Amino acid sequence: MEKKNREGSVIFSPYIKGESIIKAVSLKREDILFELRESKLKGRGGAGFPTATKWTLVAAASAEEKYVVCNADEGEPGTFKDRVLLLEYPELVFDGMVIAGYVIGAKLGIVYLRGEYEYMLKSLEDYLETMRKENLLGKNICGKVDFNFDIKIRLGSGAYVCGEETALIESLEGNRGEARNRPPYPVNTGFMGKPTTVNNVETFASVAHIVIKGGSWYCKHGTDKSTGSKLFSVSGDCDKPGVYELPWGTKISELLKLVEAKDTKAVQVGGASGICIPKSQFERIFGYEDAATGGSIMIFNESRNMLHVLKNFMEFFVEESCGQCTPCRIGNVKLLEGVEMLERHEYTFGYINKLKELGKTMQLSSKCGLGQSSPNAFLSILENFKEEIFNNGGNNGK
Amino acid sequence: MENKGKLRAPVSQKPLVIEKPVDPSYIGGTISIEINEKKVTVPLGTTILDACKMNGITVPTLCHHEDLCVAGVCRVCVVEVEGMRTLQASCAYPITSPIKIKTSTPSVRKARRHIIDLMLSEHYGECYSCLRNGKCELQYLAKEYGVDNFTFGHVEAPRYELDESSYSVIRDMSKCVLCKRCVRTCIDLQEVGVLESVERGHNTRISTFLDKPLLDVICINCGQCINRCPTAALRANDPSDEIWAAIDDPAKHVVIQTAPSPRAAICEEFAMEAGHSLTKELNTALRRIGFDKVFDTNTTADLTIFEEGTELVLRLYKAIVQKEPVALPQFTSCSPGWVKFLEHYYPEQIDNLSTAKSPQQMFGALIKTFYAEKAGVKPEDIVSVAVMPCSAKKYECNRPEMNDSGYKDVDYGLTTRELARMIKEAGINLPEMPKSDFDSPFGEASGAGLIFGATGGVMEAAIRSIYEFITGNKTEDAFANANVTPVRGFEGIKYVELPLGEKFGPVPDVIKHLVPNWDWLKGVTLKVAVAHGTANAKKIMDDIKAGGKFSECHFIEFMACPGGCLGGGGQPIPTTPEIRKKRAQAIYSEDESLQVRKAHDNPNVVKLYEEFFTDGPCGHKSHKLLHTHYVKRGRYIA
Ligand SMILES: Cc1cc2nc3c(=O)[nH]c(=O)nc-3n(C[C@H](O)[C@H](O)[C@H](O)COP(=O)(O)O)c2cc1C
Ligand code: SF4
Ligand code: SF4
Ligand code: SF4
Ligand code: SF4
Ligand code: FES
Repeated sequence: MEKKNREGSVIFSPYIKGESIIKAVSLKREDILFELRESKLKGRGGAGFPTATKWTLVAAASAEEKYVVCNADEGEPGTFKDRVLLLEYPELVFDGMVIAGYVIGAKLGIVYLRGEYEYMLKSLEDYLETMRKENLLGKNICGKVDFNFDIKIRLGSGAYVCGEETALIESLEGNRGEARNRPPYPVNTGFMGKPTTVNNVETFASVAHIVIKGGSWYCKHGTDKSTGSKLFSVSGDCDKPGVYELPWGTKISELLKLVEAKDTKAVQVGGASGICIPKSQFERIFGYEDAATGGSIMIFNESRNMLHVLKNFMEFFVEESCGQCTPCRIGNVKLLEGVEMLERHEYTFGYINKLKELGKTMQLSSKCGLGQSSPNAFLSILENFKEEIFNNGGNNGK
Repeated sequence: MENKGKLRAPVSQKPLVIEKPVDPSYIGGTISIEINEKKVTVPLGTTILDACKMNGITVPTLCHHEDLCVAGVCRVCVVEVEGMRTLQASCAYPITSPIKIKTSTPSVRKARRHIIDLMLSEHYGECYSCLRNGKCELQYLAKEYGVDNFTFGHVEAPRYELDESSYSVIRDMSKCVLCKRCVRTCIDLQEVGVLESVERGHNTRISTFLDKPLLDVICINCGQCINRCPTAALRANDPSDEIWAAIDDPAKHVVIQTAPSPRAAICEEFAMEAGHSLTKELNTALRRIGFDKVFDTNTTADLTIFEEGTELVLRLYKAIVQKEPVALPQFTSCSPGWVKFLEHYYPEQIDNLSTAKSPQQMFGALIKTFYAEKAGVKPEDIVSVAVMPCSAKKYECNRPEMNDSGYKDVDYGLTTRELARMIKEAGINLPEMPKSDFDSPFGEASGAGLIFGATGGVMEAAIRSIYEFITGNKTEDAFANANVTPVRGFEGIKYVELPLGEKFGPVPDVIKHLVPNWDWLKGVTLKVAVAHGTANAKKIMDDIKAGGKFSECHFIEFMACPGGCLGGGGQPIPTTPEIRKKRAQAIYSEDESLQVRKAHDNPNVVKLYEEFFTDGPCGHKSHKLLHTHYVKRGRYIA
């Protein structure tokens, strides 16, 4: 696990293995929660739920057993930043999990590792073993009496929906990966029916830094509503794809410059379930208040056909819907059929408008985040690339 | 591994866990909410759907079913909850905070329409030619919620092949809307675990283990899935065309026996409220349709009591007096769904099953022997039909061993629903029929046979006779009006102890040759139990395996269907807890209205032993015609 030389003001800033655990166990739980609240850290998995709130709810729940789950399913097309963290910065992720265990009162943490990342399993297990030897895991961690915590790694089953936290829990329990009804929420009824916090890999990594450097330090980065920094997985038409740490509030145009993208026509922010932003809006900023993302940035240059781009996304959703609820199972098929009609120039505006309405229904009525976000690309591409799609009959580009 | 990973509670099944209330104003376990701007108070944890129902507001549903746990998958029940970004499935949302709900906003109405439109776009079928026409929940939704065209298209060809392999259940997955009610029924309600959703996304479908035809998996044919399917995707294997053909064939002598439960429920198929028995109207209707004879299955239910009761006495005698190893407790065997369940799941307990056939099959054997002789009809010319509340009876009459008369004992099992269609097709309005009696030589049966239709009924019928046989006292002395209420009711498992006391009567004539006296029963307390629904049966079976209290029982009644036969898979749709209650009331009140209420008081049965089964119950002849054997099937079918 060789570290590349990465630059960043928060996540990639210097950190020594175990230091946040050592500090955490000297603090009261409330003090850690206080710092977290100060930091205004929001979950990095995409939904942006305040981490302090989630942990407070789990900490307050009275139950014999509680669980910490690290969501390392990283299934969103175009994201690979969790892979970098796990490969190069496991100390941040695992230390963050141990702190979560300390704060909420859990004894077990589970990493739900994307099936395709099986190749890391051995090195991660070895790493956990060194932590056990150094008393960063196990009994009375770092001398804290009665603080016992261990971490297990489970391999995912390869479905995108298993990244959704309740489907992930189902999968962990050995069931079909299907989202649960909410409420009740995992903070209350999670893994094995016990209070559980599910957090993204990067969320845990951020916590490790916050515990060392404090909430107000963290707030100095980013914007008022989106504090700290974010890892971006950049792919597509640019010269320097890869993982970048940038403060929230960075403009899209700034990022494009950094990664040396040329002739950019569109940026898909947030993966297949995100939105597609046209050139005219490249001065928008990344942040929960504007262009939110779990980290996936896909760049499309002028040579790309946006209808093809959209078709790829829709095919992805038709395939990846877990199939339990009507709007998502059938709705995505209808949207895909609409894209195919557009491709063949066999459409009426009336029907396309009906599909847009359907897209809104899917956002509102699907059971889980997959179906709720699957129409985003359809709606934003049809809206932002009207000219291309309707005037040119979708015929330009390759 | 047939069931590995299948017999688990899917998400949907997990009970809703109520969130801890945070607001101290939740006093007395109720909470004030707003529905459509009206303030109402509901118990904490009530779902939005129930809260709406309690307040007279209708919210459409499809995947929701009162017997089943929450799924929240169809999404047709969505409503707006103030402050929430998305619409909420009302069937799946337990109220734990003072929310404000709106059930008919523009976005709610649009979402419903879209969802129904989407389901229709994938639904292959024409209502005209559909069995569920007029009784289909999808059709109803389309009608009630403003669907006026196929907005998102309509499929032109079936997506899946019909599975007609099973004697009992036909699967037409092209009509499936993936509500998963059948899955929840099979896995959670019945704990059989045959149906499960497979694959993902648009390819999701309901299937069986390895996509095998239903005949080749461990389906117990209970038909509970049919009863909960909102569409015609699941239906019973209907023999009515063959029956019409037999009726129309002058060379055939077509007889029909009617079980207790159909008569207590068939009114529901004729726009009547549940809970009215139409026994005698049905007799007339059946004759008008063209059946040559109409018999009462209760007769052989009474006969079952003799046979099964005697078998129990013999087992007890063997165990207590002869100290021989004998399988106890004895299990009832009248529910073919239960029998197959045991054959698959507990084959090692097969000897505990009473060898007595079910009333349907006893009757079948009698009709083509005793009756044929008496009536001077050739058995090969008889077509024997049984109206049953049950889809498993279709399978049962096709079991290869069920031909002790030398012919197929029962030719066709017909469900209540199918019979109702035949009656309608004949242009008969059942409730308006004049009343008439059953045909002899079986005539009227006892109330004991009648109550076989409700859970606990077989046990009650047995107690009414066994108690009198042994103690020489009247059942009425122990149970007011001979109503053995402790075994009644819908509790999943009932357990009753019946001390036999110290004083006994003489051994009745019919079984005198089998036991000399009753003294050996001195001080014995008869322990009996009753379970309905195979999930409850499983609990008892596992307890027996573990040597728990049920292993001490002498006699246990098992019915595969929730509520017993009255809740059978062939009964009118819908079947809900409320409707089951009403059907039970109909059965018990008809029982009370009868003169003869104990199996051993049924003169026809007494005569049968005098004239036909002359070596008595469990004798040689009865063994040949009235008893059967079972198959150790196990869970894996090659
Ligand atoms: C379809 C779908 C896929 C998701 N995939 C992931 C994922 O791969 N990794 C992840 O961290 N969160 C994923 N999420 C978000 C999780 O449901 C959940 O919000 C997150 O793990 C919470 O962690 P956080 O609060 O730290 O962001 C996904 C959500 C949906 C709806
Ligand atoms: S929205 Fe899609 S992925 Fe989520 S539960 Fe419904 S069908 Fe499954
Ligand atoms: S299942 Fe319902 S909607 Fe479908 S064809 Fe039959 S009646 Fe019509
Ligand atoms: S008939 Fe009974 S056992 Fe068979 S699939 Fe239906 S519910 Fe399951
Ligand atoms: S077969 Fe019937 S009950 Fe089962 S999922 Fe399909 S529509 Fe629902
Ligand atoms: S009835 Fe509520 S989601 Fe189906």
